[in-house]
Amino acid sequence: MYKYIWLVPLLPLIGAAINGLLGRAFRFSEQLIGGIAVGSIALAFLIALAAVYSYGSSTLWPKPYVTSSQDGSFNFNWIPGGPVRLTQGEKAARPAEQGGPARPAAGSVLNIDWSYQLDSLSAVFMLIVTGVGLCIFVFATGYMHGDPGFYRFFAYMGLFMFMMLVLVMGSNFLMMFVGWEGVGLCSYLLIGYYFDRPEAANASRKAFITNRVGDFGFALAVFGVIATFGTAQYTDVVAQASSYPIEPLWHFGIMSWIGLGLFIGACGKSAQLPLHVWLPDAMAGPTPVSALIHAATMVTAGLYMLTRTNVIFQHSQTMLFVVAIVGAATALFAATIGITQNDIKKVLAYSTVSQLGFMFLACGVGAFAIAIFHVMTHAFFKALMFLGAGSVIHGMHHEQDMRRMGGLKKYMPYTYLTFMAGWLAICGVFPFSGFWSKDEILWRTVSTNHIPYGFLFWAVGTVAATCTAFYMTRLMAMTFWGKPKFLVQPAGGEADEAHASAYDKGLKKHDAKKFSAGDRPRHEPGEHVGPVRESANAHAKGGGAHGHGAHAPHESPANMWVPLVALAVLAVVGGLVGIGPAFTGHGHPGGRVNIVNWLDPIIWNSETRGFGTENTAEAAETHENVGRAEGGRITGKSVEETPAGYVATGFNLAHSIEQTLHSERATEWIFILLSLLAAGIGMGLGWLFYIKDTSLPDVWATRLRPLYQASYHKYWVDEFYGWAITRRTMDLARGVFTFDSKVVDGGVNGSAWLTRLSSRVTGWTDQYFVDGLVNTIAGFVVTLVSPILRAAQTGLAQNYALVMVLGLLIAAAVLFWKSAF
Amino acid sequence: MFGIFAPALFLLFQQAERTRLGEMWENIQHPNLSRFLFIGALLFIIGVAGVLTRRNIIVIFMSIELIMNAANLNFIAFSRYLQSTGSANALAGQVFAVFIIVVAAAEAAIGLGIVIALYRNKETILLDEIDLLKW
Repeated sequence: MYKYIWLVPLLPLIGAAINGLLGRAFRFSEQLIGGIAVGSIALAFLIALAAVYSYGSSTLWPKPYVTSSQDGSFNFNWIPGGPVRLTQGEKAARPAEQGGPARPAAGSVLNIDWSYQLDSLSAVFMLIVTGVGLCIFVFATGYMHGDPGFYRFFAYMGLFMFMMLVLVMGSNFLMMFVGWEGVGLCSYLLIGYYFDRPEAANASRKAFITNRVGDFGFALAVFGVIATFGTAQYTDVVAQASSYPIEPLWHFGIMSWIGLGLFIGACGKSAQLPLHVWLPDAMAGPTPVSALIHAATMVTAGLYMLTRTNVIFQHSQTMLFVVAIVGAATALFAATIGITQNDIKKVLAYSTVSQLGFMFLACGVGAFAIAIFHVMTHAFFKALMFLGAGSVIHGMHHEQDMRRMGGLKKYMPYTYLTFMAGWLAICGVFPFSGFWSKDEILWRTVSTNHIPYGFLFWAVGTVAATCTAFYMTRLMAMTFWGKPKFLVQPAGGEADEAHASAYDKGLKKHDAKKFSAGDRPRHEPGEHVGPVRESANAHAKGGGAHGHGAHAPHESPANMWVPLVALAVLAVVGGLVGIGPAFTGHGHPGGRVNIVNWLDPIIWNSETRGFGTENTAEAAETHENVGRAEGGRITGKSVEETPAGYVATGFNLAHSIEQTLHSERATEWIFILLSLLAAGIGMGLGWLFYIKDTSLPDVWATRLRPLYQASYHKYWVDEFYGWAITRRTMDLARGVFTFDSKVVDGGVNGSAWLTRLSSRVTGWTDQYFVDGLVNTIAGFVVTLVSPILRAAQTGLAQNYALVMVLGLLIAAAVLFWKSAF
Repeated sequence: MFGIFAPALFLLFQQAERTRLGEMWENIQHPNLSRFLFIGALLFIIGVAGVLTRRNIIVIFMSIELIMNAANLNFIAFSRYLQSTGSANALAGQVFAVFIIVVAAAEAAIGLGIVIALYRNKETILLDEIDLLKW
């Protein structure tokens, strides 16, 4: 069955092609478009499910399966390559007799196949992308109902699914690059879906341009990979890279440079700190897009890449350290911004950035499998919350400002209950999915042997987790609990989705039966238009005749809340596939079903210089390192050891406690309780501020005014970029323009002036000197010769005749003279 | 004038003195080419002299007719000579003679038209008073 995985990307592409190419021309109905889109994704999901199941249960399992047309699957020679000259690799790599693999010789031929690779990592991502994608597609059929660009939306979404699947299923770096750029394109198209709204168009450009910075680094890294290894195929690259020497902290070898390029790419795509600015703005797109692209799938592509190339990253302690710093900084930074934002989608966007920071932190401390675990749980609960936010926005008639919500649990029960599951999951409450992944990230951070100062990273992460719990509780309180504030302050505010656009176009007709078609104009934030008095039912009966914002919120239709329920179930139980060793005593339970064990074969082990459990198990006998064999977890005597080739990591909080208590499990429980405590503090503070005493936020905002302002204005990063980059670019452009108009044009004009001057001189010379000379000489000659010539011209015909006769006589004389003698 | 023609007449008389009547007839029957050519040349020279020396355009026209007839005489003579040699193209000379007569007639017609036009403009037909070709 796993031979058919090439169908998984193909089906969404076919669906997108049908919708995009024919949808408009043949005026497909919404049912047909939605059916094609959802059907193609559902089929892809089923195939992916079957493929992963058959792959996981086959003997092939730990080894990657690369599709090939020779065994009945699919591939083709995409780029028939030319010879590649290896540069750095020959020098830096260990020679073959010392255990290095047989590398392709210098001048090897680089042939890039279009083939898909199925291994543990791509299996997880396939299932996330198609599974969560399916839920979001179903949701979107409800959410986008009535939108004139329905076919276009689903064409873009289908194209996105194709590109994302190419990204995570490709068997080489170039396919990843194609998918990488493809999802960037689709992200651009979908953020700018309401292209007639300037903020959406600007946001799409911002996202695209910011991603360009990252893509530049990624492209350089791909070139580096090809130049170093002579191939772009993951299996070959990974096999070769594992024989390279490890570069300790502050050593910059080829692995560090490749890793840096890859990490810059990951920063761009996954919105990490220097390049995070595009993600919050990307919320200008439709909410299903935010859920699919900017929460669940595309932004995790950076994590996919880091995990895919974990061999390279683990060879460079510097890059691990950098990744951890950026991840931890982003987690805290975005979490603090999330506290003060009022737009429901903005809060979720910063939450996404923060959670992505957690995942990067996990990668930085060497816990790649845990990062992917968190990618999965995050995909569940964040997609759920984005869709829930979409449902709220839909129900509130395109109101996104949380200050005008409140008390929605009465109006939207399904949305409320499902959102609550997501809230508990992201806060890290025990047994919800977020708990398992986030807790393990924090534990692996504090106990890391890969980088120094793990306890500092842990502290930052824990504070960020507390902030996360706080702002998520705030979001719940402002949206679903408390008093329904839309009764007093109902106007559209920052509502800016489809129907505002429809209103702008003059489509004011309101379809009261469907609660969807737009009648809501946009207002400036805070503009008071009038309270809501009319109930939804009365509104429906009244045929939709009412003023602005005049009816109450309503629950979304079934095709919107059913996906919510599905995702809520996953958000609740999804973490159970990754139960950590603290609960069972040793290792991750569940065998291959446990995602950490499942991912283990693709994670390089810097201790044993091999991959995953099997290799580790062999190595364990010699290293007396049984603990590592359990899914790479550090136990027993080995806790003090730093992996070979790494700089010693110094003080390690977890290990110190462990030595005091003589129990690793107890230590881990301490940190589990600490992270639960952090979540509890965050949630408690949220409850205190937004339920118990709602005057507290204002009080504390005044007391901590500088901090509040900094957070509210997102630390002025956009302003800084505007000043430091945009304005400087404008200055540069202006300078170049000045240079052009003054120097270049001046040069051109000066040369023209010079030409005119010289031509005037030449003209004078010509007129007075050359012409004068010519006239003088010619005149002299003429006066000399003309009397003679004039005399010949008598005008008398007889003279001419005489000359003719004389000539004749001369001719005759010559003739007869010769014959005479 | 006489000085020019004197050698020619002298040769003619000398020939006639030498020849008897029978020989003359024989010469008529089988003409000697060179004599015709001689007469043709004589006519040509007379014509040329007329063209060069006379002032009146009419007389010059007549002289030109003489020149053309000299050419005609040569054509006929050669034609006759070629007939005696049995050449297939012998008649061509006679055809040319006819052509020349036609051309001469046309030329005379045009020339006389020009003369009349000249006379109307310049009130003279004396060639030395007409020097328009100078311009």
